[in-house]
Amino acid sequence: MAKRSVSILNRLLANPSSPFTAPTRSITYMPRPGDGAPRTVTLIPGDGIGPLVTGAVEQVFEAMHAPVHFERYEVRGNMRKVPEEVMESVKRNKVCLKGGLATPVGGGVSSLNMQLRKELDIFASLVNCINVPGLVTRHENVDIVVIRENTEGEYAGLEHEVVPGVVESLKVITKFCSERIARYAFEYAYLNNRKKVTAVHKANIMKLADGLFLESCREVAKAYPGITYNEIIVDNCCMQLVAKPEQFDVMVTPNLYGNLIANTAAGIAGGTGVMPGGNVGAEHAIFEQGASAGNVGNDKIVEQKKANPVALLLSSAMMLKHLQFPTFADRLEVAVKQVIREGKWRTKDLGGDCTTQEVVDAVIAALD
Amino acid sequence: MTMAAFLARRLLASSTLISAARPFSSSSTTPIKATLFPGDGIGPEIAESVKQVFTAADVAIEWDEHYVATEVDPRTNSFLTWESLQSVLDNKVGLKGPMATPIGKGHRSLNLTLRKELNLYANVRPCYSLPGYKTRYDDVDLITIRENTEGEYSGLEHQVVKGVVESIKIITRKASMRVAEYAFLYAKTHGRKKVSAIHKANIMQKTDGLFLQCCDEVAEKYPEIEYEKVVIDNCCMMLVKNPALFDVLVMPNLYGDIISDLCAGLVGGLGLTPSCNIGEDGIALAEAVHGSAPDIAGKNLANPTALLLSGVMMLRHLKLNKQAEQIHSAIINTIAEGKYRTADLGGTSTTTEFTNAICDHL
Repeated sequence: MAKRSVSILNRLLANPSSPFTAPTRSITYMPRPGDGAPRTVTLIPGDGIGPLVTGAVEQVFEAMHAPVHFERYEVRGNMRKVPEEVMESVKRNKVCLKGGLATPVGGGVSSLNMQLRKELDIFASLVNCINVPGLVTRHENVDIVVIRENTEGEYAGLEHEVVPGVVESLKVITKFCSERIARYAFEYAYLNNRKKVTAVHKANIMKLADGLFLESCREVAKAYPGITYNEIIVDNCCMQLVAKPEQFDVMVTPNLYGNLIANTAAGIAGGTGVMPGGNVGAEHAIFEQGASAGNVGNDKIVEQKKANPVALLLSSAMMLKHLQFPTFADRLEVAVKQVIREGKWRTKDLGGDCTTQEVVDAVIAALD
Repeated sequence: MTMAAFLARRLLASSTLISAARPFSSSSTTPIKATLFPGDGIGPEIAESVKQVFTAADVAIEWDEHYVATEVDPRTNSFLTWESLQSVLDNKVGLKGPMATPIGKGHRSLNLTLRKELNLYANVRPCYSLPGYKTRYDDVDLITIRENTEGEYSGLEHQVVKGVVESIKIITRKASMRVAEYAFLYAKTHGRKKVSAIHKANIMQKTDGLFLQCCDEVAEKYPEIEYEKVVIDNCCMMLVKNPALFDVLVMPNLYGDIISDLCAGLVGGLGLTPSCNIGEDGIALAEAVHGSAPDIAGKNLANPTALLLSGVMMLRHLKLNKQAEQIHSAIINTIAEGKYRTADLGGTSTTTEFTNAICDHL
């Protein structure tokens, strides 16, 4: 362990003009005896590009000798529900890494992504939309974390046909869930040294529902006087994101708006192919590509094996930190960011033309 | 619709919005009556701008001005009086400035009142990059068509028990068909190549599923127009990465609200975006979609471009295409020139200076 830290420091000192400031830690982490025991993580490759990108993670972890053991389960997006054994496994391991699960449109099948979240009560979804050094986008200085309520709101799944030709869908907002997510958002901001939390809503039109959400946020804000709190209406928010994204820091939103905001913010910072993210609840955590969990790419990308593994690699780095293996996480992040910065191995969505495997090989080569 | 009526309509359709029944007289002697709602905040100033430019361009319009009342009118349950609404129903065309919607109060919002009472079912917002005003995106040329009467904004909410609130989203076949028909008709008459239906039917299967079904049905009647369905989160991402991928977008209410504002942001903000609300029986109410900006009200600093461009949309609806083109070019040239720009575009001109510059360009 110490040998590897020394070699990181050597590399950094040898390359002082590197624009990327890698974490220069002079204090190493002090683990408890036995913390190095391998942890088991449920792995769900999923559909479409899922197997490709989860395969990438497996390869990189192997190369790093990370103390993580994967229990792989095959789940397809068009299954009626998540198989019992998979649920058991996640409940046992507490942590899961997932490729995407596509939800077929109009197929009468409820989204498996949603099912997992509801049953395991994984109520917070987090996407970190940040400019990656070396990746040129139209917007600079983007560093936004979107924290989205994951279990209720518009995705409650309560729909029915009143009479033929008239359909109703219920959006449910409860104080309990709104408070929970607000508390998580402020706690996250506090623990990660973030200065501002913005609540996104449409309370001028949905006065009771979003009004309740806002009330909960305001109450929690009082307990964190050191963090600035403000509110913004969702349509104005999208417009501001496109025009001046640097004004946002942490954003807390109900379910649907969170989906849109996360995708917009991911888009302006470089695309959903590179944004890390995860879902966390009181007891379980699922890590997957940041935004658009249901987007599993199209057939052409799967065929040509040109999916972008960066998002899932960075999410798995978040997972390593969650599992309390921070140095492995740092090594992985440094390697991935170096590969992107160098710009030689990039998949189509980042402007290059490489296959997934080529990117993975580059990352493994960049690991020290 | 009979074949004869359909052919007659195709012949009459010149360049933009189709009006359903009433022919507007475009002779210079009898002015057309149009309702004008100056609105709140900067509304009255920019309405003055519009009147000035229209007079300078010799547009034969007689404005029927109505203001928002200070008390709630019980007949409409909002601050808009019954007379104001009747005026639009009679004149069939109108121009509206910004009206403030208070958050969390008990009565109906002004904009929602207009939409419901006048049955304004489609909101059309063209977003194109203005030559001469540079933003991060310079190849935007799309139209967002948003269903305006139902969906998430039905206003039906209630508290089930303390701490649990339900809000109902309604999608009906009738409203979805109506807006889908309009979208494809618009695409056809304006020579647009593609219509994209935006939805979240993988999660909201019955509601957005019904909306998609209606779009599918209408699409079959227009085989020459390319049709695609895009999930809303993908759409957001594609819009910010590559807006040139889209042409005409049609969507239900909430998504439409968010996407149309996002697109406005791509081209320079709400201060530059026109829009037009289409109602049954050929009613068209053009409106400036920005807020009332109370902080700069009365200071002669407001940017009248949005209201002016909306006025141009109104003129095209009235088939006064020559003057519409004239005013449109004048506005574009003034902004492109860069000498007279209001504060929100990075300049130092006042509203009056900007308006005068446009009149000079006519």
